[in-house]
Amino acid sequence: MKKGKLGYLFIAPATLHLLVFAIFPMAFSVFLSFYKWNLLTSERTFLGLANYAYAFGDPQFWNAMWNSTKYALLSVPLGMAAGLLVAILVNQKLKGVTIFRTLYYIPAISSGVAISILWIYVYLPETGLINSVLGLLHINNKTDFLKNESMAMYALVFMSIWVGLGPRMVLFLSGLIGIPPSLYEAAELDGAGKLRSFWNVTLPMLAPTTFFVMVTSTIGALQVFTPVYIMTQGGPNETTDMVGYHIYVEAWSKFLIGIASAKSFVLLAAIVAISIFQFRILKNQLEGYSTT
Amino acid sequence: MKKLLSYLTMTALALFLMAPFVWMIFVSLQPSKAPIPSLGQLVPEKPAWSNYRLVLVEQPDLPVLRFFFNSAFVTCSVVIGQLLISSLAAYGFARMKFAGRDLIFYVFLGSLMFSGPVTQLPVYLLVKSLGWLDTYAALIVPGVSSAFSVFLLRQAFQSIPGELDEAARLDGAGDFRIYWKVVMPLSGAALATCSAFSFFAVWTDFFWPLLSTNSTTMRTLEVGLSVFKSSYGTTNWPLEMAATVLVMIPLLVAFLFSQRYFTKGIMIGSIK
Repeated sequence: MKKGKLGYLFIAPATLHLLVFAIFPMAFSVFLSFYKWNLLTSERTFLGLANYAYAFGDPQFWNAMWNSTKYALLSVPLGMAAGLLVAILVNQKLKGVTIFRTLYYIPAISSGVAISILWIYVYLPETGLINSVLGLLHINNKTDFLKNESMAMYALVFMSIWVGLGPRMVLFLSGLIGIPPSLYEAAELDGAGKLRSFWNVTLPMLAPTTFFVMVTSTIGALQVFTPVYIMTQGGPNETTDMVGYHIYVEAWSKFLIGIASAKSFVLLAAIVAISIFQFRILKNQLEGYSTT
Repeated sequence: MKKLLSYLTMTALALFLMAPFVWMIFVSLQPSKAPIPSLGQLVPEKPAWSNYRLVLVEQPDLPVLRFFFNSAFVTCSVVIGQLLISSLAAYGFARMKFAGRDLIFYVFLGSLMFSGPVTQLPVYLLVKSLGWLDTYAALIVPGVSSAFSVFLLRQAFQSIPGELDEAARLDGAGDFRIYWKVVMPLSGAALATCSAFSFFAVWTDFFWPLLSTNSTTMRTLEVGLSVFKSSYGTTNWPLEMAATVLVMIPLLVAFLFSQRYFTKGIMIGSIK
């Protein structure tokens, strides 16, 4: 019994910290979402569910939710495919391959603000890096990627794939290394070609890794903030106004604390629902093949 | 033949990923206030190293060295705090039995995944009501324990054979002694991984320092750079790129030193 109490002592500091800086704030956020709350004057009025009603009826909020969905639907599958392909590429016994792995990781450890500033330059018309290269190839080099309504979203997606390549590569690499070679040998004996054994061995065996990468990438994509804040401020014409940035503006530029809280709960609900959905679609594979 | 193709692909990819960085360095060496050069004139005849001096010391309203100190001080404090607090909890979860242990651990995991979007405002209000806004406490205390570190270290502690504990216990050691003298010394790699992760997460955090500080002297490098951008952006490109390079250098150095642990940690985290 004495031992039973001691365990609590070990987890006490971390648990206390979790209560104060995560659990209590979550609960307090529910409370905030029921009030009209002014950050500057601290005046508050109880509104019940009115903030949620407002959020659901706010076209700008839905625009932001839709933009985030679009961003996630593009950047997550493309980023995962790129990560997997690169993982397969560097999962070969080649001299110096670890140097390449290290290089591929560098964009991910760089500061988000610095990367965002750098990519503003990369996307500049005429003098930007991309347009300079296009100019050399005698292709139209006047596109202002970040100020062009039909391009800005894709510009942010492209950058996110560039930044996220390294971590996704490492995750898939660890998954690939964990696949027993005997499975490939068995597939070969059954006459399976490279493509078939990729489809029937690699992909199913990677299911736990795929699930992990998919959930964390989606959660990250739905909350993206820094690139929007630094590069586009939601523009042009709100085509890149994503929900993480939208809530920030509601709270810190318009000081609408209650509404921002309500909206962040709608976002949270969406994130939880999507994570459960992703678990469901991969559930059978996770049960069938998980070796951990 | 296949080998050659692999090397070609890997090199092309490396060029694609590194090109913006290389280009950035060349732009940062153009004379201050020069326009962005075309690719042909990218290599400056006389590299303007003075841009770096301009950014570092000759910006009275933007004390870059102070930003650097703030980032370093805050990051080190958070990393040390996390190592202690999270490893204690990880030992509790990995090695001890008590009622509700697994439930509490799942609460940790859940908060790791889902608390992000809804806690920022209340934590801000909490820090404000404590009178911590614009102080180091605001930058450090909310970060000194992390559910992610608890999770990572618990995994590592579980992989240490229990016989070692038993041997120490026979010698009369209590749990705290086993934690400090047996489990911690054997977990060097995991602790290094944890430090590497929190180092980069805290150093490159933008959102929280942006909210919780407002005086120039309390800004971190990340926020400082964004302030720099709003005051010099689009008017002095080489200088802005020099500032960006300066922000990247410490991260790159830290990465090259910790790279081994860094990639390892991602794997530990992914395996359930």
